[in-house]
Amino acid sequence: MRRSVTATATHIPELESVLARYSREESQLIPLLQDIQDHVGYISSESMQAAAAHLNIPESSVYGVVTFYSQFYLTRQGRHKVRVCQGTACHVRGAGEIIRAVSARLGIKPGETTKDFEFSVERVACFGSCALAPVMVVNEKVYGNVTPEMAIRILDELT
Amino acid sequence: MSAELTFTIDGVSLTAPKGDTVLNAAKAAGIYIPHLCFSEGLKPYGACRLCIVEIDGVRGMPTSCATQVTDGMVVHNDVDSVNRVRRMVCEMLIADHPLVCLSCSANMNCRLQDVAAFLGIKGSRLRRMVRKPIVDDSNPFYTRDLSKCILCGLCTRSCHELRGVGAIEIAGRGFESRIAAPGDGPVRDSTCNSCGECVDRCPVNALWAKHETLPPTATVRTTCGYCGCGCGLELGTRGGKIVRVRGDRNAPSNHGSLCVKGRFGLDFVSAPDRLTTPLIKRNGVFEEATWEEALDLVATRLCEIKEKHGPDALAGFSSAKCTNEENYIFQKLFRAGIGTNNVDHCARLCHASTVAGLARAFGSGAMTNPQSEFEHADCIFVTGSNTTEAHPITAISIIKAVVENGATLIVADPRRIELTRYATLHIRQRSGTDVALFNAMINVIISEELGDDAFIQGRTEGVEALKACVADCTPEWAEPITGIPADKIREAARLYAKAERGSIAYSMGITQHTTGTDNVLALANLAMVTGNIGRPSTGVNPLRGQNNVQGACDLGALPNKYPGYQDVTDPKIRATFETAWGVPLSPDNGITVTEIVNAADSGDIKGLYVMGENPMLSDPNLNHVEHALMNLEFLCVQDIFMTETAELADVVLPAASFAEKDGTVTNTDRRVQRVRTAVPKPGEARDDWAILCDIATRIGYPMSYASPSQILDEIATVSPIYGGISFERIEEVGLQWPCPDKDHPGTPFLHQGEFKRGKGKFHATPFKVAAEEPDSDYPLLLTTGRYLYHWHTRTMTSRTKGLEAICPPTPIEIHPDDAARAGIQHGDVIEVSSRRGTIEANAHVTDRSPRGTVFMAFHFHEGAANRLTIDAVDPIAKIPEFKVCAVRIRTADPTKKTDDA
Repeated sequence: MRRSVTATATHIPELESVLARYSREESQLIPLLQDIQDHVGYISSESMQAAAAHLNIPESSVYGVVTFYSQFYLTRQGRHKVRVCQGTACHVRGAGEIIRAVSARLGIKPGETTKDFEFSVERVACFGSCALAPVMVVNEKVYGNVTPEMAIRILDELT
Repeated sequence: MSAELTFTIDGVSLTAPKGDTVLNAAKAAGIYIPHLCFSEGLKPYGACRLCIVEIDGVRGMPTSCATQVTDGMVVHNDVDSVNRVRRMVCEMLIADHPLVCLSCSANMNCRLQDVAAFLGIKGSRLRRMVRKPIVDDSNPFYTRDLSKCILCGLCTRSCHELRGVGAIEIAGRGFESRIAAPGDGPVRDSTCNSCGECVDRCPVNALWAKHETLPPTATVRTTCGYCGCGCGLELGTRGGKIVRVRGDRNAPSNHGSLCVKGRFGLDFVSAPDRLTTPLIKRNGVFEEATWEEALDLVATRLCEIKEKHGPDALAGFSSAKCTNEENYIFQKLFRAGIGTNNVDHCARLCHASTVAGLARAFGSGAMTNPQSEFEHADCIFVTGSNTTEAHPITAISIIKAVVENGATLIVADPRRIELTRYATLHIRQRSGTDVALFNAMINVIISEELGDDAFIQGRTEGVEALKACVADCTPEWAEPITGIPADKIREAARLYAKAERGSIAYSMGITQHTTGTDNVLALANLAMVTGNIGRPSTGVNPLRGQNNVQGACDLGALPNKYPGYQDVTDPKIRATFETAWGVPLSPDNGITVTEIVNAADSGDIKGLYVMGENPMLSDPNLNHVEHALMNLEFLCVQDIFMTETAELADVVLPAASFAEKDGTVTNTDRRVQRVRTAVPKPGEARDDWAILCDIATRIGYPMSYASPSQILDEIATVSPIYGGISFERIEEVGLQWPCPDKDHPGTPFLHQGEFKRGKGKFHATPFKVAAEEPDSDYPLLLTTGRYLYHWHTRTMTSRTKGLEAICPPTPIEIHPDDAARAGIQHGDVIEVSSRRGTIEANAHVTDRSPRGTVFMAFHFHEGAANRLTIDAVDPIAKIPEFKVCAVRIRTADPTKKTDDA
């Protein structure tokens, strides 16, 4: 039998506490998703169902928004998020070598997460800190004038 | 009509009503402006950038779909400057579109081809980036290939905006943009209900219907044969078969929209097991017979029984699936030919209490306002109607009222039905306590002085009786009875009472109770006390079930009414019909469906003629029905399939389906609409009216008509409400009765200025409990209803594999707490028992059902819910209490488990 359009409310306590902070206006969708991601680490299909039920909108609408914005992750991310800039300035100043070094050190390609969920690596377009190129951002901390050796040292300090 | 504006497109002077868009006005004038993302009934989207035009005095190139005409506007459409830009847009679309036109199902019927041809496109200058086919074949009715998709958004917008389902949306960004169900999963696992609106609107056949393999060679406009919405259909035919189904965009009830049954569920018409020859049962086995043999036998047996036991030993079940003309002929056969008023039909099982209740309160037992008017109501009170499943097209108007026009929706229903998604307030009364809820709402309205005193004074009578009846019915009194918190009852009463245009929609959740008539009267009280009747977008609106249940009632397939709701016991009226039909008529009311079954059981009814009904699945307490039908001396069944009832018959006569006959049917709006022959009848099957005329002639009451049109002309002379209706007048669009004469335009809504009966009458409706309440032996309340994917006893829908695949037999919805208590898991095969029978069903554990209540549809002969239901009836309307009985559940054989559930 086809699924009912009327979604059932969530029973995941972690989600419930986030949802409780938001009104049921459709305009709350993006802040709500951001908050869920902050707490859960990514947007699971359960989270999308819960958000849809909370805001009384179709689940497909939530999926449309989640897949539109690159800020939302559909899979569980690593504890440490490594983002290497690939903008023009960083590219010219050797960002390619940095991403290669990071990938080699962690054994994953950009866009992937290590099996132990310690690290995720991502290529991003520009942080707007071109004067510091090449730039790498780990969690919320920005590192400028990064060299491949320095990048590995930063990672090693975290493990 | 709003003011006309004058403007020009490419020098051609045109007029358009105020508010019209440039694209619409051009379309109306037959001028082509290229476009892909616009479709009638949807809001302008302005995404495809092909309908751009130049307008004098306006900067740039605005989209004509989103630009309203202004007076004196000068529009340039087919000019080089605009076409140059359009060509670039078109080339970009073509750059990633597979150019496989010859082998594409859209060939010659593709909007992208239209645009490219108009612009003279020879190819694309851009690098081609065509995807390989990305096919989702999971839905049983349609296939999707994303490589053909041009991302116009018509499918997603019709799904969200028009149908309120929202199963799919555009996901991703840039070149990765795609139509997707959540998680990019197969669409079958989404909330898609297969209405096919997206398939119909897809401009390039990136979505296509699986059954459409060949284009039709002819198209016939007709009316859908499923429910009472009365949707206009365009049946494309080829080689005597239906090969394409489209909604009629000009039809007033559906504007082109259809539901899954109407669009994809017509396989039954050409099903291999249609009845194609008369059958006579000899020594317990059906043998094929000629029409002569069969008709002679039926006539002989009817005459024998009449001679021996009198005419009242015979009875007939007419059919809400047959046309008005056929119902008229059926009751004429029984009244004039046989001489008894024992003629009734399945309205007894659905809206008998409506006919009884609304006739008492207002003087007319039909929907007061048409479905389309819900759209402009500012408060809609839906109770006892699972509208999105049972009346899917009516639901579109209700959803539109909420989403587009900001109406307040109150849903009073024990189940968490889909409509609750749009509801401002959902209140869940215990099944069978509706009167307590409505009385409490009226109590609030009176005590808080929210009523319309001017209306009560001027247009009604009996308000004192009402006031006395509800005086003690406070919300606090109703709370323990209904299970609804008192403050919610207050809120519902205030919301409805304060509405400018409050409309009530209800269906069988209200009528199918031993208090069915009281339920209807209480709703009528609610409408009158607030003055919400007799104006557009107000009223008390029973949504009628079958395609022609309204018409079958109108044409006198009722034991106490001649055609046009005229009393058989009124000597003056009887004299009119005696003159018209040329024979003396019985002065006594006949007996109803439920009474006929009892009389067959006791031996008072000896012979029964059933046309297009299946009481062996549709009636309550089936074990009793079976016993009664077996007890008959003679049973004749006229149908299109060998139904459960036909199996018990002595003679079975093969009839024509809705797609094989001409005639008229009357939808829930009281709109009389045409049914037209699209395909030939199978084998020796015949029109129901023609069969009936032959039988009448053989029993000594000769009837013969050249065509259904001639029958309708006779109807017009005896039934004043149909007085002005003829085939000629309804050729294009149907007329809404009352339509007393040839110049009358029909009546969209009833009771304007004055009620049919003069003053509207309030009735005291004290609360009474249901016939059978749960107890320690049978602790759960069973309520029955329908699913979107099946029609009534499934005679028609079971012939469509896809419908069976989506909704296989036989689910029972159980609240998780009740399931846990009984040790039942989702998917278990369970045994359900009442005092009348035991069946097996598949447990669907869901909180759609409230605690303590289980729900079953009555469609399935495997696990027939009506083996459990009680045959207690409403004392006035004789409608059975399908909505409340007591059952118990337990796990059946633990090794049994279904894959589907």
